[in-house]
Order: sequence, then structure tokens, then C-alpha cells
Amino acid sequence: MTIAEKILAAHSQTKGFQSGDIIKVDVDVALANDITAPIAIQEFRKAGVPSMAHADRVVFVLDHFTPAKDIASANQCKYVRDFALEHGMEHFFDGGEAGVEHALLPEKGLVLPGDLVIGADSHTCTYGALGAFATGVGSTDLAAAMMTGQAWIKVPATMRFVFTGTLRPWVGGKDLVLYLIGRIGVDGALYKVMEIAGPAISALSMADRMSMSNMAIEAGGKAGIIAADDTTEAYVKPRAARPYTIYTSDQDAVYESVTTFDCGDIEPQVAFPHLPENARPVGEAGDVKIDQVVIGSCTNGRIEDLRTAAGIMKGKRVARGLRCLILPATPAVFRQAVKEGLIDIFLEAGAIVGPPTCGPCLGGHMGILARGEKALATTNRNFVGRMGDPSSEVYLCGPAVAAASAVTGVITAPQEVAR
Amino acid sequence: MTFRGRAHKFGNDVDTDAIIPARYLSTSDPEVLKNHCMEDADPEFPGKVQPGDVIVAGKNFGCGSSREHAPIAIKASGVSCVIASSFARIFFRNSFNMGLPIFESDEAVRAIDGGDTVEVDADSGVIRDLTTGRQFQARPIPAFMQELIADGGLMEHIRKRGSI
Repeated sequence: MTIAEKILAAHSQTKGFQSGDIIKVDVDVALANDITAPIAIQEFRKAGVPSMAHADRVVFVLDHFTPAKDIASANQCKYVRDFALEHGMEHFFDGGEAGVEHALLPEKGLVLPGDLVIGADSHTCTYGALGAFATGVGSTDLAAAMMTGQAWIKVPATMRFVFTGTLRPWVGGKDLVLYLIGRIGVDGALYKVMEIAGPAISALSMADRMSMSNMAIEAGGKAGIIAADDTTEAYVKPRAARPYTIYTSDQDAVYESVTTFDCGDIEPQVAFPHLPENARPVGEAGDVKIDQVVIGSCTNGRIEDLRTAAGIMKGKRVARGLRCLILPATPAVFRQAVKEGLIDIFLEAGAIVGPPTCGPCLGGHMGILARGEKALATTNRNFVGRMGDPSSEVYLCGPAVAAASAVTGVITAPQEVAR
Repeated sequence: MTFRGRAHKFGNDVDTDAIIPARYLSTSDPEVLKNHCMEDADPEFPGKVQPGDVIVAGKNFGCGSSREHAPIAIKASGVSCVIASSFARIFFRNSFNMGLPIFESDEAVRAIDGGDTVEVDADSGVIRDLTTGRQFQARPIPAFMQELIADGGLMEHIRKRGSI
């Protein structure tokens, strides 16, 4: 069996299921944010159930349009806040405790290896990096989980992606996953579990692994799982407040496909508008002048990402006419970045440092693009109108390319700027 | 149940930001969302869509975000059902959970032109292009998901049966 099959089996009463079967599973963690929780709460209230099946397994994070960008968003947040207080929710993150959810939950030890996690946010797949089965669902699924503690899952087949070799300079998890999506396309893993493995993955930090699992959904994947190992345990152990289980795929596990990539072939990547699959090596980006750089998000707003960016921007200035936004993904990341002097480096370079929020990634607030503008972002989607006006364009990359390009004003390979 | 309406044709990989841009997500009110449905794919869509009309799209329809505002906006705009070559997985489950009928048939999508009158028999999955007289068979829907549609969505399903 694969890791995914073992986790599903451990959470279901159904035995001997096969891919394509629909099974009921017990949910360890059910997550929603200020955009998706209101619909779930409405449905929950309509059902007239007095309390949640397992309130301690439900997590709400107000991170998308926060700090509230307008009256309507403030009302949405208040609706969620009132519900959380009414139900005495332990895992409710608001104000200075809130951070970008998929950076926050692992940091707080709320998602652990072997967990079955559903989240009313498509990037819930991030937790696959911890060896969990984590998948994005809608608000109605969340309401059902709040009521019953369960979800329905169509058992997916697994595609295995093996990364061998050593990473080239300035290449990180984001580059590997953009390269992968570029190879298989935005529906290359539709309905499937992506199991990401190999010696190059074993050598990656948790931050890089989370960047990769985060974007499984950008290939259509249901989950992006990386087997938990010593690196995972070192990250999880000091944070976990409950037991967890590490699963590994059997030698004779059945995969729909196995694809191997040699990291020696992979340069830092840039995904061109308007799909993440339009990835190409930064060296082939050509002369693309950009108006805004965003470094942050659930994909690349962790301390390791900020260190990479600061290492390149140290002692340099953001190009004239370009806005560079840096949003540490959680309060803890922000504090650590202050302690390490990274925030000073960004401010001295002329960057804007903002609070943890998903805002600019989805064109919500803090960095909306004007007509025809171009942004280079460490976020995960570059769809039409994603960050603002429908005629604006988003290019995706990792923190090294973003920082180098913020300095030059055009899409630039990191080695051209870094000393 | 039979759906009948004019086809509005879209390409591959229509994402949830095109179906309902995030700039409108400070509400989940269907009456507000419907005014911006498909806006970034076709700005004229909200003004021209008629009750009963059918969205016909290529592969991976609804990719991207998990926002249920997308199927909510489509339903509220009066669209009776969506036919696509394939659906992104979260949009797929959201549609069944919320009772928006969707059908997969690459053959139908290739053959149906925008503006054709289309009829879909929800029970048999037979799709007819009444303009050209051609007929197609949608991919069968798993029994559990048929139950969801028959019950009127996931929450009604739980209400009726006591569990998922």
C-alpha cells in the first residue's frame, strides 16, 4: 500500500477499498478561513445542531482579507469570530495570533504525520509535506465535518515523482515543483495523490518540502505527500501535543505511474502567465520588466524563504519604480526575521514589509495590480486577474529569483545579483 | 430531470478566479455573486446568461481555489448545468455537495458550438445538441454522488440519513 492508502485505511471503517471507491473517513483536522468559514457556519447553523462533533479538531484562521480590508470583510471576520467565541473554539486564530494558515498550522503543531486533514482552502495539500493526507474541500464539506467529524473521499490512485541528483545553486522546493507542473501540466495529476520522493527530497528542509506539497493542487492533485523522515520528526517532535503515526509506502505499493527527474537538469524556474504550467528556466525568461515583487504566502513566506531573499537583497536597493512587498507568513516568522536582522535588510533596500496575510496572492488587498501591470510573486497562482486588474500579469518563482528581480526591475537569475 | 438552454462555450482550464474573482469574495450572497459570474473569462456573461442556459467548457473546469462561491455564482446566474471535458477535483465535489448538476463528456464539448440549444437528461446522462441533432453520453456518476444530487446536496443528505 501507498502512504495515502494506509492513512485512508486508518481513518475508515471500510476495508479493502480500491481507487475510485467512495469511503467515509474520520477527520483529524478540519480547517477554514475568513472566506470559506462563513458559508460553513451558515450551513452548520441551518442544520440546527447545537455543538460540533469534535470542536477541538476544527481550526479557523482569519488570514485572507485581514486585517479587514473593508466593511464587508470585517463583517465576515466578525461572523466567524462570534461563532468561534460562542463555541469556545480552542483553535481560533485572529488578530496578532493569525498567520497564513498553511504556514501557521504546521508551526503550531496542529497537523502531524499520519493525520487526515480537510481544509476549505485548496492549499490544504501543504501538509502532505509532513506525511499527512491533506486535501482541499469546499465549505459544505467543512460544515459536514463540523457536524459529523467525517468526510467522504473518492479513493485516489497515486502517482510517484522521484527527484534524484543534487540541487543546482539557488534552486529550492518551489523551483522543483514549478518544473514538475511544467512537465505534467495543470491537470497532470487530476484526482490523484502525488507522492514526492527521492534522495533530493530527503535532503530538503521542511520549508522547501512544504512549498512543493503546497502546489500539488496546481497540477490538479488531491494530495502531495512526502514520507515523514528524520527531518520531519525534528520539526514535528517539539511541536506535537498528541501522538502521531509515520507511514511509509510498501515496496510493492501500486502506483499509477512513476516518473524520475534529475535535479541536475533543473534551473531556478519562472512560471509565465496565465497558468502555473508555463514554467521555464529563469535563463530563458527574456526581458520582462516588472512593477511589483511579492515575497510571502503559504508557498514561500517561511523564515527560510526570507533568509534567502535577504541574503540577495542585503546592501542593495529595490529598483526604482518597482514595489517590493515582503509578508512574513506568521507572527513567529516575523519575529524571527526581526531578530535575525532580515527586516532591517528589507527596509534598507526600500521594500515594504507588511503583516502576515494572504491578501495580495489572490488580489484581495495589500498590493493590487493596476491595468497592464506585471508582478513577480513567490505565490502559487498566476491566473487572469489573480492579483488585480484582469489585464495585469503574474509570474511565479521562488524567493531567490524574486529578490534578485526586485533589485534589477526585470526577471533576473539570482547569481547575477548575489555576491 | 431535464435541463434545456443555450450553450455558452469556454476553453480549457477555466479557473475559479475567472468564475468568480477573489475581489468579490467579501460576500457569499448569491444575488451579488451572480452579477460577476465568469466576468474575467467573458465580461458580458452576467448580462447575457438566461435561466436554463448551459456552460460548456474544456478540460479541468473550475481549477484553482476551493471557494464554493464559484458554484454558488454559477447556480445563482441561472445556469442549469455545466458540461466539461473534465472538472478540477474540488469544484467537482463542491458541485455535488451543493446540488449543481455537472456532466463530463469530451465528445459533447468538442461538438457543441456556443449558441446551440442543448438538452441534458440528468438521469441517463444523455446530452442532446438540438441545433445539430447530435447526441452524446456523459460519463456515469458514482452511486453515492447520485444520492447526493437526489437528496439535494450533502447537508440535506446528512439530515435525511443521519450521517454522511
